Amino acid sequence: MNVLEVQDLGIRLGGTEVIRGVTFNLPRASCLAVIGPNGAGKTVMLRALIGALPHTGKIAWAADTVLGYVPQRLDIERDLPLNGRDFLRAKAALAGSSSAMQAAALRSVGLAEEVLATPIGNMSGGQFQRLLIAFALLGNPNVLLLDEPAAGVDAPGQAHLNEVIHGLQDTHAMTVLLVSHDLSVVYRYADHVLCLGRHGACFGPPRSALTPETLQEVYGQPLGFHVHTHA
Amino acid sequence: MHELAPELGSLALSALMAVAAGLMGSFAVMRRMVLAADPMSHIALPGIGIALVLRVNPLWGALALLLLGAVLIWAVERRTRIATEAVIGVTFAVALAVGSVITSGEQLIDALLGARGTLTLHEALFGIIGALIVIVFVLRQRNALVVRLVSPEIAMTSAVNVARLDLYFLLAFALTIGLGLRFLGVLLMGSLIIIPAAIARRFARSLGRMLTVSVVVAVAATAVGTYVASVAGRPSGPFIVMVAGGLFFLSLLRRRET
Repeated sequence: MNVLEVQDLGIRLGGTEVIRGVTFNLPRASCLAVIGPNGAGKTVMLRALIGALPHTGKIAWAADTVLGYVPQRLDIERDLPLNGRDFLRAKAALAGSSSAMQAAALRSVGLAEEVLATPIGNMSGGQFQRLLIAFALLGNPNVLLLDEPAAGVDAPGQAHLNEVIHGLQDTHAMTVLLVSHDLSVVYRYADHVLCLGRHGACFGPPRSALTPETLQEVYGQPLGFHVHTHA
Repeated sequence: MHELAPELGSLALSALMAVAAGLMGSFAVMRRMVLAADPMSHIALPGIGIALVLRVNPLWGALALLLLGAVLIWAVERRTRIATEAVIGVTFAVALAVGSVITSGEQLIDALLGARGTLTLHEALFGIIGALIVIVFVLRQRNALVVRLVSPEIAMTSAVNVARLDLYFLLAFALTIGLGLRFLGVLLMGSLIIIPAAIARRFARSLGRMLTVSVVVAVAATAVGTYVASVAGRPSGPFIVMVAGGLFFLSLLRRRET
């Protein structure tokens, strides 16, 4: 059963066609990775999926869908007088989540309670991304949309974030839609991949959809990526 | 006692207005609307001119145009990708030009810097109700405003109607400017919204502290400024802003916490 059905999606920004003729389905409790070069429209498509941008074609979410959204790295002013607790409490109040739920969301992403006293502009990239994921988890979403959640985070931090996201999918049977530039993450965690390229889109399981030819077509140049297969 | 009661009523009303300005200013400063408060207040001027021509209370003319201006900014901002400050700057510079043509002499000075004299019952009622609307709006919507501030997209997926929240915020902002017109005048009300919040931002590391410091500074500046003005027998607006500005410069002496 699909949680999302997208047919012939088209998005224009300022008179320029950014996305055209994109069609894919997202089965429940699966992980879809969206890949493509910079400027291919990955973030734009995510914004259209959450209803933030006008579009043509069909975007149909299942009736029981509750979205959690983690945007691309946000530039927060360092002196913004909002700390992690203010931010999390605001969502908890909007979503009707208890303080126990806030604590559970923090535990899920491995963020210490003490970090909440830090202004969000002073948090490290990894801390803030984890806070954003904890924030998205409040309100019990069954679909998590993440736009390059590990961007700007150091390598160990990235590995931990990927484990967190994968863990959430396992423990909460959550559907995950993830924009990523990291093909190893795509091969490791995604059930399906949607590639947005300069010459159209492709969709399917990573191992069959991401052939060297497809990758070259999507990125406009050959990618030296080797997939290990174990018999 | 008969002399004192209207003074106390007026002081209580201006304190209420200052609370509204402190709260609204906190979010305006965090939303980088520092430079917008001043030009936005200018649109009140043609409203005052029109009201004087039509022989109605200038306050209502100012308020009508301020609210209209808020809707205008909201609509233009939704249609174009121009930053709010550019839209506000251009629109209200024109409004100031139009206003200065149709308002003149003493009326213009009163409108710009605030008039002395007793408030009418309608003006007092407007002050109380308007300030309460702004205070209740900010306190009730603070969670949605915080999330909207960090990311409009996150707000959308958190069941916040961002377009409506933005409209209400701009209307509340316009209403706050309208509240101060009678006391501070068009030019100075923007300052009472921004300066206390700018002081609070230097020291606050949490939303609660930001709102508290901003409100305390706004009320203190209003109380001290009004008192000094009454002793000097002058309109209170300039004194209120001078006290707030003095506190701002004093705040620069203290290093910001990191």
